[in-house]
Amino acid sequence: MISKNESFSDALSAEKKVVFVAKKDLPALFDSLWTNGFRILGPTLGEGAIVYEELNGVGDLPIGWTDEQEGATYRLKKRDDEALFGYNVGPHTWKKFLFPPKHRLWSAEASTNGLEITEEKQVIQKFAFIGVRACELKAILIQDKVFLGGEHVDPVYHARREDALLIAVNCTQAGKTCFCVSMDAGPRAESGFDLCLTEVLKEGEHYFIVEIGSAQGAEIMANVPHSNETREAEKAIQTITAKTAKQMGRVMDTENIQSLLQDNFDHPRWDDVASRCLTCANCTMACPTCFCSTVEDVTDITGDHAERWRQWDSCFTLDFTYMNHGHARTSAQSRYRQWMTHKLSAWFDQFGTSGCVGCGRCITWCPVAIDITEEVSAIRENQTAAKPTSS
Amino acid sequence: MSESLANPLLPAPYRVLRNQRNTHDVFTLDVEPVKKGNSPLFSPGQFNMLYIFGKGDAAISISGDPTKEQPLRHTIRRAGVVTQALEQVKPGGVLGIRGPFGVPWPVKEAEGQDVLLVAGGIGLAPLRPAMYTLLANRDKYGRIALFYGARTPEDLLYLSDLEQWRGRFDLQVCVSVDTAKRNWMGDVGVVTKLIAKASFDPSNTVALVCGPEIMMRFSVQELKKNEIKSGNIFLSMERNMKCAVGFCGHCQYGPHFICKDGPVFRYDQVQSLLGKREV
Ligand SMILES: Cc1cc2nc3c(=O)[nH]c(=O)nc-3n(C[C@H](O)[C@H](O)[C@H](O)COP(=O)(O)OP(=O)(O)OC[C@H]3O[C@@H](n4cnc5c(N)ncnc54)[C@H](O)[C@@H]3O)c2cc1C
Ligand code: SF4
Ligand code: SF4
Ligand code: FES
Repeated sequence: MISKNESFSDALSAEKKVVFVAKKDLPALFDSLWTNGFRILGPTLGEGAIVYEELNGVGDLPIGWTDEQEGATYRLKKRDDEALFGYNVGPHTWKKFLFPPKHRLWSAEASTNGLEITEEKQVIQKFAFIGVRACELKAILIQDKVFLGGEHVDPVYHARREDALLIAVNCTQAGKTCFCVSMDAGPRAESGFDLCLTEVLKEGEHYFIVEIGSAQGAEIMANVPHSNETREAEKAIQTITAKTAKQMGRVMDTENIQSLLQDNFDHPRWDDVASRCLTCANCTMACPTCFCSTVEDVTDITGDHAERWRQWDSCFTLDFTYMNHGHARTSAQSRYRQWMTHKLSAWFDQFGTSGCVGCGRCITWCPVAIDITEEVSAIRENQTAAKPTSS
Repeated sequence: MSESLANPLLPAPYRVLRNQRNTHDVFTLDVEPVKKGNSPLFSPGQFNMLYIFGKGDAAISISGDPTKEQPLRHTIRRAGVVTQALEQVKPGGVLGIRGPFGVPWPVKEAEGQDVLLVAGGIGLAPLRPAMYTLLANRDKYGRIALFYGARTPEDLLYLSDLEQWRGRFDLQVCVSVDTAKRNWMGDVGVVTKLIAKASFDPSNTVALVCGPEIMMRFSVQELKKNEIKSGNIFLSMERNMKCAVGFCGHCQYGPHFICKDGPVFRYDQVQSLLGKREV
């Protein structure tokens, strides 16, 4: 839930409540969500990966599965235990629910003496996201700033986000492309969740430590059998997430990163990365914070009915900067530079936060394994080689 | 948050009252809301998104007089799909309009100072509301000068305004064209050359510049040569725009969203980007 519950969650976090739920009682959490009118969305096996879809029960979770990731590589693997959340992030992001890849904004009817424009009715959705990782939670809070934080509110995002319930999961292991620690975005979910689960598999026991982050979260938990024994909970969460933090497959040095990229507009590395980049836009589609979109105006055969559709777009496409007198960014250099400079530098100017949460998706899903952490170090290490910026 | 949030992505229907030709490829549309009520108030330099049925949106500055009650006015150069369709619209036709959007010219802030307006081509359209405002409050400003450059004498916009403005003794108007036949008695050459002709107090002058990016760059050079401070020079920038409210990302220019942080920028906000290619 967003803003309107702030006072509740503040009150709660003053004495943050932590409870224990046995694995066998997890179906009760699902039931409680359904009873409260939520649709449950979460990780499941599909398309040869762990993807986010609607879940019809605990059994839909990728139980006993994990993923192996590297640059341009993603592989599913069987675990030797029955963990429910023993993997990291896959190709999907929660933004596909909050900001659907393609949606109608309005329709219009032409008549002999007029034009009638009908707004697409936005129904407030009750989504419960289960399995939101710390980096993803942060990404959602970042997109909140884009779509809800300014003078104007995006009606599509608002209707899906307003009542969304966020059930975070602390990562018990890190992937080879993860670097949330560098981005101060994980591996522990600190705030912004309604509930946060830490999965524990130990000495034949299998249970969840559940942190309650909001009044709504508490309400959901009221119907889930749990024990209030909390003494060791905080220590256990810290131990588990500290172990995960040590496993980060990637690192990014973010010192002065905002000015680093501003000051290296003419760095030769942009040519180098452009010689590898296919400008395929995979990285932007997979990124949980990328928000760019375009619109398409269509008419039907009669010519009297028109619609405007909005869909995800990417700064990697040539058309993105089209103006009647020419494109602003024609070269691949300029487009990769725009993407990375926006993520790691301009985002601070625009929204007071980094645009990267270190989820590693852009590394895993880049067909040629371009690695944002590597590109940053290349620029950092070789700054003197950069020509002074022209003016 | 309430259900009644205004949807900034939804156009409202506006009826075309007049479609007047300015030059062979420029025309001016006067429109008013189909639903009863006045046109929204706007500030000089703001723009609207004009939608024509089934085709798409174009960002178009408001070119009318904000100090008078009059229909919403847009001066448009025929470019591609949307503007070609707009050119064909007859009185009575209906468009969809979203707006007004964007940061306006600092007309109020310029009170007590000399004001220079530098326009290239269609760039005069967003500056005209600024000129109207200056003239409606003439005694609040020092010297006022307009430098306006067009390709040929046939491309000059707003001839009757220009004639009227040139007839005033409290306003300097300099017009230049790139090429002209022998019957042209005015200046020939780039508009930036005109700036040296004006008299103004550089330490107390605000300059408003709108035109193609390259023209704005040279104008700034010339203004700086004339010792006008970077913080007193304002430019109106242009980029592809889809949403006009900071959602679509298309208009980004370095750290700026041109739609919501601009289109009018103080020169020192964009100085470091202007000389660079493919920003
Ligand atoms: C803030 C602002 C104010 C403007 N004010 C005026 C004005 O007062 N009068 C005027 O004639 N023109 C103005 N323009 C330029 C005008 O928006 C474009 O000429 C117009 O969008 C071209 O649309 P089209 O469909 O005819 O061209 P096409 O070439 O068919 O373009 C297709 C689409 O691309 C986008 N696009 C193309 N060129 C531009 C461009 N130069 N800027 C932004 N988006 C573009 C539009 O969404 C357009 O519908 C302004 C642009 C901006 C950004
Ligand atoms: S830039 Fe890459 S690592 Fe950073 S949030 Fe986006 S996809 Fe994840
Ligand atoms: S960085 Fe990789 S994923 Fe992104 S556009 Fe280039 S080739 Fe595609
Ligand atoms: S036009 Fe969409 S963000 Fe500026």
